[in-house]
Amino acid sequence: MHVPDGFLDAPTSIATGAVAVVAVGVALRGARRELDDKTAPLAGLVAAFVFATQMLNFPVGAGTSGHLMGGALAAVLVGPWTGVLCVSVVLIVQSLLFADGGITALGTNILLMAVTTVVVGWFVSRVLIKLLPKRVGLVAPAAAIGAFVSVPAAASVFTALYAIGGTADISLTTLATAMLGWHTLIGLGEGVITFLAVGAILSVRPDLVYAARGVIAERDLVIKAKEAVA
Amino acid sequence: MSTTTKKRVPFRWVALGIAVVALLLAGVVSYYASANPDGLEYVAGKTGFLDRASEHGAADGPLAGYGTKGVDDARLSGGLAGVIGTVVVLVVAGGLVLLVRRRPTDSSDEA
Repeated sequence: MHVPDGFLDAPTSIATGAVAVVAVGVALRGARRELDDKTAPLAGLVAAFVFATQMLNFPVGAGTSGHLMGGALAAVLVGPWTGVLCVSVVLIVQSLLFADGGITALGTNILLMAVTTVVVGWFVSRVLIKLLPKRVGLVAPAAAIGAFVSVPAAASVFTALYAIGGTADISLTTLATAMLGWHTLIGLGEGVITFLAVGAILSVRPDLVYAARGVIAERDLVIKAKEAVA
Repeated sequence: MSTTTKKRVPFRWVALGIAVVALLLAGVVSYYASANPDGLEYVAGKTGFLDRASEHGAADGPLAGYGTKGVDDARLSGGLAGVIGTVVVLVVAGGLVLLVRRRPTDSSDEA
């Protein structure tokens, strides 16, 4: 979903740029509380993994493709604030080094792929983890559903931005329908990749998954209680 | 789940595993990625605003478009670009995290 230069007009791009600067600034503060001995060494690796996986466009229907955005994945693994930072670094490197995503559109792309997908992906996963039974095995499916929802959410934000500052006079209903339709399909891929990646880390070191901490703490309490009874 | 004190996989193995998978995906598997336009590009083409995209400011860069300038073999050119990008992201994001952590959080700085 890398927006190139020219899709959105200058005022809209400046506004999204300002929002992105504020969001990254807030994330830099928030990340301090998340970054401990477990998340800190993992964060760089998660960003590198998101970059690598974003290169892998998978075919969606006829003639189009999609790739991971990674906001939900990063948020679940290292926490939402750190997740915003990880995906922002990926987007900045992609734009400056690989000419992928416009330079004037960098704020827009951070808003869509680093902020929207992290916020929506984290919120949905978190609510599911809280509602579901406290089992480590349910963290990966919760993350997958959060990831799935985050993609059409980002597509909706793009459509809203285009309604405000799009540079071509096109039907907004056509745009909204097409963006939501295709990105719901792409979201399925986002969900599958997130499920596999989170599941893989959970299977070897569940304690490294930020979103699983509450679940593990509760499970350990139950185990301790059972041992105390026995 | 029955034995709670299962021997933990050391962190360095997890880190190595993620790094190797990322490098393989970017360096090797990326060659087989779909070349079709992504969702946004496709929709832009269909709804008629793709031509609004302007030339990228960094389009002449040595790694622009996920290829390495001067390397003719497509597999090598793309793979090399992917590996360089993965390492750059690892260093920048890892460095940023170190900087964020190094800031004192326990004393008067916490507003």
